[in-house]
Amino acid sequence: MSSLDALGPDVTAKSRIKPKLGSDDWIMRGYMIVLAVYLIVALALPLYAMLSKAFETSRFDLAQFEVQVSNEAGAYNQPAATLQQLNNQGNFIAEGDLATSSDGRLALTKFFPDFSFRSPVKYRLRGLNDEAVYLVGSERFEGTKPAEFDSNTFRKVVIRPIQGHGLANFATYFSTPALFQSIQNSVFIALVSTIITVSLAFGFAYALCRSCMPFKGVFRVIAMAPILVPSLLPGIALVYLFGNQGFLKQFLMGESIYGPIGIVVGSVFFTFPHAMIIILIALSISDARLYEAAVSLRASKWRTFWTVTIPGARYGLISAAFVVFNLVITDFGLPKVIGGQYNMLAVDIYKQVIGQQNFQMGAVVSVVLLIPALIAYIVDRQVQRKQVALLSARSVVYQPKPSRRFDLSCLAYCALVALFIISILGICQYAALVKFWPYDLSLGLTNYDFDRMDGGGWDAYRNSIMLALMTAVIGTVIIFTGAYMVEKTKGFNKGRAGFQFLAMLPMAIPGMVLGLAYIFFFNNPANPLNFIYGTMAILVICTVTHFYTVSHLTAVTALKQIDCEFEPVAASLKQPFYRLFSRVTVPVCMPAILDIMIYLFVNAMTTVSAVVFLYSSKTTLASVAVLNMDDAGDIAPAAAMGMMIFYTNVVARLVHAVVSRYVLGRTQGWRQR
Amino acid sequence: MGQASTAETYLKIENVWKAFGDFYALKDISLQVNRGEFVCFLGPSGCGKTTLLRAIAGLDIQTTGAVFQDGEDISALPPSERDFGIVFQSYALFPNLTVEKNIAFGLENSGIARADIDKRVTELLALVGLPEQAKKFPAQLSGGQQQRIALARAIAMSPGLLLLDEPLSALDAKVRVHLRHEVKDLQRKLGVTTIMVTHDQEEALAMADRIVVMNHGVIEQVGTPTDVYREPVSLFVADFIGETNQLDGVADKKGKGVKMGKRRFASATHTHADGVDVIAVIRPEDIIPHGDGARSPGAPDKVGEPGNTVETTVDEMEFLGSFWRTRLSSPDLGSGQVVADFSINAVRRMDIQVGGRMRIEIPSDRLKVFAAAPEPDK
Ligand SMILES: Nc1ncnc2c1ncn2[C@@H]1O[C@H](COP(=O)(O)OP(=O)(O)OP(=O)(O)O)[C@@H](O)[C@H]1O
Ligand SMILES: [Mg+2]
Repeated sequence: MSSLDALGPDVTAKSRIKPKLGSDDWIMRGYMIVLAVYLIVALALPLYAMLSKAFETSRFDLAQFEVQVSNEAGAYNQPAATLQQLNNQGNFIAEGDLATSSDGRLALTKFFPDFSFRSPVKYRLRGLNDEAVYLVGSERFEGTKPAEFDSNTFRKVVIRPIQGHGLANFATYFSTPALFQSIQNSVFIALVSTIITVSLAFGFAYALCRSCMPFKGVFRVIAMAPILVPSLLPGIALVYLFGNQGFLKQFLMGESIYGPIGIVVGSVFFTFPHAMIIILIALSISDARLYEAAVSLRASKWRTFWTVTIPGARYGLISAAFVVFNLVITDFGLPKVIGGQYNMLAVDIYKQVIGQQNFQMGAVVSVVLLIPALIAYIVDRQVQRKQVALLSARSVVYQPKPSRRFDLSCLAYCALVALFIISILGICQYAALVKFWPYDLSLGLTNYDFDRMDGGGWDAYRNSIMLALMTAVIGTVIIFTGAYMVEKTKGFNKGRAGFQFLAMLPMAIPGMVLGLAYIFFFNNPANPLNFIYGTMAILVICTVTHFYTVSHLTAVTALKQIDCEFEPVAASLKQPFYRLFSRVTVPVCMPAILDIMIYLFVNAMTTVSAVVFLYSSKTTLASVAVLNMDDAGDIAPAAAMGMMIFYTNVVARLVHAVVSRYVLGRTQGWRQR
Repeated sequence: MGQASTAETYLKIENVWKAFGDFYALKDISLQVNRGEFVCFLGPSGCGKTTLLRAIAGLDIQTTGAVFQDGEDISALPPSERDFGIVFQSYALFPNLTVEKNIAFGLENSGIARADIDKRVTELLALVGLPEQAKKFPAQLSGGQQQRIALARAIAMSPGLLLLDEPLSALDAKVRVHLRHEVKDLQRKLGVTTIMVTHDQEEALAMADRIVVMNHGVIEQVGTPTDVYREPVSLFVADFIGETNQLDGVADKKGKGVKMGKRRFASATHTHADGVDVIAVIRPEDIIPHGDGARSPGAPDKVGEPGNTVETTVDEMEFLGSFWRTRLSSPDLGSGQVVADFSINAVRRMDIQVGGRMRIEIPSDRLKVFAAAPEPDK
């Protein structure tokens, strides 16, 4: 033992034991790599394609070409001149117009104002470097070999831009006030919505958690309802209430609902459940003993609130704020429906891509939108980590005591919020049934005749159900097994860290950005995966990827609660990991697995942002149909379709509840003692 | 540390080191375990017991060093290619499977006929004394019952080596004492080589054939329970196992002795150089009232008092059922105070009372002397 310290630091690579990998290790690592490749193809490569598009520049380089013009007799008396020199003399093309897109073309006749295709004048064209490319009709020429054209041919000569990388697109973006104004608008709307939603949600969660009011269960259910509809549905309801023909229009006192007011109110509606549930969890884990201490110190209610309640829930509040901010700033459906002339970043992407076919500018706006989304995401992750630490140290659960006055005011408050939520949904349903708003208020089902409208008809609805089912099943399999590999693979730390990073990334990527990235990546004919473009497959892949992170975290949390000694025990019993996985891990995690499924289903039904770029005429979706019918002025059918999504999700949730019960009863008999 | 030369070595650990980053949790561990032996790893929290056990199982393979099981080098093998059964502190019973399914988990899927599996499960359940519980889920059993099911599952495939990581520490005291015997009986009946990790010295003393005392990633001593209790090789072992009085002193010129205050005490195992600061260790039950019983006092020393005796004042007495714990003080003892355990009879015979004076004897063969300087390790 005398050589203790001498030997310690001197463990050489030679004497180091290289653990032999068992077959389990190989299978698990292999499978994890397969899933990592999936995430790279479904996420990292499309994002890379989009980013490079945003930084790609195309520009006509006039110094690349030299032209010499003959006289009418065909003699070249004039000296040759570069296009640059010609342009300097005649100023045919403004400097700013030289920037173009990658398929921009520039006709050479622009530099010869007295050009006529009948003239006997001849033109001698020469590239000055190897990169010089020009086209004659569709025939391509490059390099420095001179060529001679008669007038009639010369009018078909166009030059191609040179490609580069740089910030030119961003320069264009920031010199276009109509575009960068959106940054301010988006941040402003997101901030205002965040403040309102978090305040309202805090009050609601506080009432649920700290009062003895009746109907808590009902209020909880109602508060979660907005999750079941597309974010643009409240926009449609607001149009009916406060729009040009809305019966509450006078309440706005001349302000228009089309714009910031509408976006904020709608945003509060659709983000409310997200904030409420986060704050509710934060409140319910804070330590009751602190309250007892406060009472014993005779602190006033008000003081207790500020010194105990708020600090205890601070991580929840911060997290909720960033989640709401992120949801609002990246949302596309709502501002599209009710934003009017008020430009928001997410809508700009859509307008650039769908309206103007300017993909490059769409990519630039996407990068701009990524920045606040990334910041919100990083802060949220930090805060969540702290809250987990808090959670493990929790102790006694707070039990509220009845207090008539407090309970009644809580009841009144929650009733008001619930009324707001129900009326938004109610007005949509009413509008969907009314024959011809506001002239013929009799009820009927004419608006459900979707096949007579643009947007895809009932097929869109069927496609959406198909998408939701496939996303739920395929997504759950991929996500749960992926989480299992990350949690249970031994060693291989770099691989696991890499996979974990890929799994966390989707949460930071706004749907619009993801959808656009998919266009760039999958719509590229050079991509061997090009064939899935326009199919249901790409919609499923995109949706699974879009909602990967939350599901992944649910799975990881469930897996972490399982005894980590199961794998060693199974190995000592000579059982392969997949037997343990199917016999024990999956049954024990069944509640979490079902939660992931319903989460994916509901989101696949309601999502608009990513898929709006990816659907084809064969794969129209209900949520997109809502958008398109609204766009076409068929607002009532849009509301009807929106409510169909709502009812479908309600049914899905009921099925989920029943199945969960059944599964719990069958496979989780061990839970009851 | 001599091994029993007749017994056959089953598990051999050679110069095992385990690093976690810059930190060495195991430092040059070498150890041999005989076939059929019950060995306990004993040591304070964080000393590396679990780490060593997991290295043996292949769950966290050592950084360097070798492990041989039954003559085969298993140093780099994954757990699934080793031959062991394991019980964890949490028991790690599969919560969604019934007791019989838990026990059968390793038997199924290994080519054994259904009827034989059922027979084996019944047999195992009878062996651990729970024949009625086959259809229950783990959560419906008490902690002690769960522990026995985990044990039954671990031995179901008749492994050559049984590894137990603090299997009893989640149980309450009474069940724990009871299960000690059951586990030990079972182990003897099966004759399976067993390694148990514990930080409960009583458990180790009661169950082990041999105890491996660990501290800071090194083995301090390997020996039978009586060895490590009666003949600790280091102050750490003496201190960690059982109660001790630790008295500061200086190694005496005349050899074989320790000077404390004005007095000099002989120690049979003394090996320290003169003038070295030492700590003399005596267990409370080894101190005897002078003149009681048949013990012959040592030769009178130069102060004129009988050798290895000292006059003390009784400060405190505490009745602990089977004996009296007595606190005695004397300016001649290193730290001024010692604790001695006296039998009820001795107290009556010698009329020991609080406030009274008494002469105690410190037998020279029970007085252990260790260097006081901090160990070079660290
Ligand atoms: N995976 C790990 N990474 C880093 N350090 C570790 C790891 N596992 C154990 N250690 C460290 O190694 C040392 C020995 O740990 P080990 O679990 O073996 O202790 P132990 O003797 O079993 O203690 P206990 O009685 O508390 O179970 C401790 O200091 C511990 O912090
Ligand atoms: Mg341990």
